[in-house]
Amino acid sequence: MSEEQIKNLEAQFEERIARDEKIEPKDWMPEKYRQTHIRQMSQHAHSEIVGMLPEGNWITRAPSLRRKVALLAKVQDEAGHGLYLYSATETLGVSRDELYEQLHSGKAKYSSIFNYPTVTWADMGAIGWLVDGAAIINQVPLCSTSFGPYARAMVRVCKEESFHQRQGYEIMIKLANGTPEQKAMAQDALNRWWWPSLMMLGPTDAESIHTEQSMKWKLKRKSNDELRQQFIDQTVPQADLIGLTIPDPDLKWNEERQSYDFGDINWDEFWQVVKGHGPCNKERMKARVGAWERGEWVRDAAMAYAEKQQERREKQAV
Amino acid sequence: MATKNWPLWEVFVRSKNGLEHRHFGSLHAADAEMALENARDVYTRRNEGVSIWVVESKHITASNPEHNGELFEPAQDKVYRHPTFYDLPDEVKHM
Amino acid sequence: MKENLYKYILGIADNSLILGQRMGALTGHGPSLETDIACTNISLDLFGQVRSYYQYAAKIAGDGRTEDDIAMLRKEREYVNVLLVEQPDTDFAYTMARQFLFDVYHFMFLTELQKSKDLTLAAIATKSIKEVSYHKRFSSDWIKRLGDGTELSNQKMQNAIDNLWTYTDELFHQTEADKAMVKDGIGVDVTKLKEGYYKQVIEVLEEATLNIPESKYFQKGGKEGIHTEHMGYLLSDLQYMQRAYPNMEW
Repeated sequence: MSEEQIKNLEAQFEERIARDEKIEPKDWMPEKYRQTHIRQMSQHAHSEIVGMLPEGNWITRAPSLRRKVALLAKVQDEAGHGLYLYSATETLGVSRDELYEQLHSGKAKYSSIFNYPTVTWADMGAIGWLVDGAAIINQVPLCSTSFGPYARAMVRVCKEESFHQRQGYEIMIKLANGTPEQKAMAQDALNRWWWPSLMMLGPTDAESIHTEQSMKWKLKRKSNDELRQQFIDQTVPQADLIGLTIPDPDLKWNEERQSYDFGDINWDEFWQVVKGHGPCNKERMKARVGAWERGEWVRDAAMAYAEKQQERREKQAV
Repeated sequence: MATKNWPLWEVFVRSKNGLEHRHFGSLHAADAEMALENARDVYTRRNEGVSIWVVESKHITASNPEHNGELFEPAQDKVYRHPTFYDLPDEVKHM
Repeated sequence: MKENLYKYILGIADNSLILGQRMGALTGHGPSLETDIACTNISLDLFGQVRSYYQYAAKIAGDGRTEDDIAMLRKEREYVNVLLVEQPDTDFAYTMARQFLFDVYHFMFLTELQKSKDLTLAAIATKSIKEVSYHKRFSSDWIKRLGDGTELSNQKMQNAIDNLWTYTDELFHQTEADKAMVKDGIGVDVTKLKEGYYKQVIEVLEEATLNIPESKYFQKGGKEGIHTEHMGYLLSDLQYMQRAYPNMEW
């Protein structure tokens, strides 16, 4: 194809998206669109499955049977969501194994927040409430993103995730209304998870490299800073309601903006974790790679068995 | 032995009797039996289905979007296939 | 309080609790996302059953204890699950073999329990048996896949079956409470399940091209609260919160 033809196709392509038409996997698309989607969707999928680990850490120790089944179901959903997202990514011609390979080699990123440790039960509450809360803010706009398989996966994810945040907030309510020791546990978890949750919404607009293109392709509807503000405005009253204090001395209602002003985020910490030097980066990768390697003989056996069965059927047919 | 990856399967679920099977998504499985089991666990955890079909993705033949013009556009002007094409006297209320 | 009935319920529930705890621990660490989701489902089914049983046991006990008190605040010697279900997840072959060896029993047991004169137990059995029927299918399929898969998987599955075989006989032992409940038409006479159990198990193992273990030496003790050394660690996790923060609500 000549350069001009490609330009032409690209222009038509952008027009389709502007008209809110969906792009489907077999449609012509600019290479950059394909690559950007593979990157973002697989990163999203990786975040789901790495995100299983910090919460999975408390499944055996959940304090009651009710909490245990809720947590199990939530972590299971994350596996499901990872699966939906990997499948959607695969429609772009990359296999799940390749995507795993990118994750395991450190080439692909996942949400940095999962590199923090879950040290008390209250962290299950804080993650559901804050991390899922921030994730929902990120994800809801993706239900109408331009790439069909991604949008469809996100519709399913958002529908299923509606219980996740409630699950977490309910844990926090119970702790906040519990004994002084429980309340302290909840406050401690909020203290530790608040800032990483704010960072989770991405670098400030000034530092964000992909935003403009992503807006055009509807991979993003609002800027990181807008999303962050939305998250803060919605979460502060929820903390007030259960008597917990947001760990930010500069947090103050701004009557004029009808929004909260908030303190400086420690972006050095953010970049340190992104670059692989967070408290649990190594553990998380070790767990994922370990599960994959320990499972290899199992996956091989299943394939070998399937092939034998196939041969047997064919022999019978003859 | 060289590792062979589990192939991809497409999953179709009938949400309740009376409705058609609808494409729900895909998953990996070594064989059809496993694909059915996985589909049940992955796509009907919330009581979403009463029947599941699975088919290995490679067995699906898809139309090429580049041929969309010749495949689908000719149907656009065949208005006589729709009831609104035909004139009826106002007195006839239902037909 | 109906002492025997209470003990009898624990005898059933503890099996599901401990196996559910084992399966739940694997979430996020399985050989593929799909198997992960499936194993979590099994764990969730088991915990669902456990809650029904313990809620009923709490009612029978009538001393103010809740399902969680019963599940998480007994001493190791007071848990009466069979030794089979507490065995560790040495590898995926062990996980599936343990599941399979229990599922075949569990399905037969619930089939009979549906006929119990105790309507609550009969109702729980009727609800659970559909779940367990699926577990049995799932684990049997994996026995075949791994047994008849590659040479390596065959070795591993054979190894798991050989090592877990010693815990199968205990499934058919009766405690005093069991005997009393059988007499009252409430309990299941597990001694009568034994023959059918081995027949079914052997059928699957043969299809999976696995050897049937010949050992005649069996372990027992779980039903009397004498467990393997793995149990204490499992309970430390299970009970951690309830022990570290007593008398609180979660």
